[in-house]
Amino acid sequence: MDTVFALRYDGGVIIAADQANARSILVYQDNLDKIVPLSSHSMMGVSGPNSDLVNFSDYVKANIALYELSNNGSTLTTEAQANFVRGTLATALRKGPYQVNILLGGYDVKTDKNGLYFMDYMACMHPVNFGVQGHASNFCLSIFDRDWKEGLTEEQGIAIIEKCINELKIRFLIAQTNFIIKTVDKKGVRTVSFGSDPADT
Amino acid sequence: IASDTRLGINFQTVATDFKKVFKMNDKLYVGLAGLATDVQTLDQLLRFRNELYELREERKMKPETFSNLLSTMLYEKRFGPYFCEPIVAGLDSKNKPFLSGMDLIGATVIADDFVVSGSCAENLFGMCESLYKPDLEPEELFETISQCLLAAVDRDALSGWGGVVHVIKPEGVISRELKGRQD
Repeated sequence: MDTVFALRYDGGVIIAADQANARSILVYQDNLDKIVPLSSHSMMGVSGPNSDLVNFSDYVKANIALYELSNNGSTLTTEAQANFVRGTLATALRKGPYQVNILLGGYDVKTDKNGLYFMDYMACMHPVNFGVQGHASNFCLSIFDRDWKEGLTEEQGIAIIEKCINELKIRFLIAQTNFIIKTVDKKGVRTVSFGSDPADT
Repeated sequence: IASDTRLGINFQTVATDFKKVFKMNDKLYVGLAGLATDVQTLDQLLRFRNELYELREERKMKPETFSNLLSTMLYEKRFGPYFCEPIVAGLDSKNKPFLSGMDLIGATVIADDFVVSGSCAENLFGMCESLYKPDLEPEELFETISQCLLAAVDRDALSGWGGVVHVIKPEGVISRELKGRQD
């Protein structure tokens, strides 16, 4: 029962996710990093069973890296990456679907534009200003509806994210103690904070 | 041809600017109602087939032909269908209006008055049957279809959150966004 949520701000995108790796009633791990960097200036928050999460994100990440290697260093825009992900999910849908719900965010340095794409496991892709995957959407979408506006600063964006995390801690049945927050802007992907260090093996 | 612009997952609205009506050429539009992923997949497949046709034939596809192509594409997936119920709207080579609608496995109906599709199809049928008159001018047609759409979606919890209307005329297409109830 993962939580992934994201918003666009002026100059970048923030993605936050809970850090629990759980199945049924057992928590295997409390420091999982579900926000996968796809390129220097894009990242993908993934929710779903750990098998699909890891397999799918590894596949996408490798293919995006392959594109850059095969095309003399030319990079894919965030929209192109999102469309590639959608194509992969759509092709797999009628064969053996990946049960992953995604929020893909990135910053295109060439055009100075940020982009956030909502994708459900059935491969419906849509650009959004903010998005939530999972049961958390019932709690967080209304906070975003109220507080999000065009032209937020990074600090304001993080404040809204913190508000959502607090709301979940108070009202969500499933206790999610650790959240990891990452941003992507013209300088690249950066981890803002985490509840538990993913590097702790 | 008109549609609402809601993207939802069950009762939750994810976006209010989701495109469901797609231009194939200046005189041919297709509207896709149903599962969002199949709406997007079919749009991509239809654009592919249409552009390939135009490259090979060096002419635009007639609406009747396109409708038939779409029907065939849907029936190919008879036992694992695309969950979409499309409508095709266009002007034929003599600029006579063409309308067709079909179910998810490609059973086509060609109509001379109106075609409807979606979760509030019944509502749309009622509205169109009441408000439609033949031989309306483009501006009157725009008013009529807008009223049909807005009234129908207001009675359906899963439809609405904005609308878009395209009026296809021989001289060109005029597209307008509708302001409706945002609930």
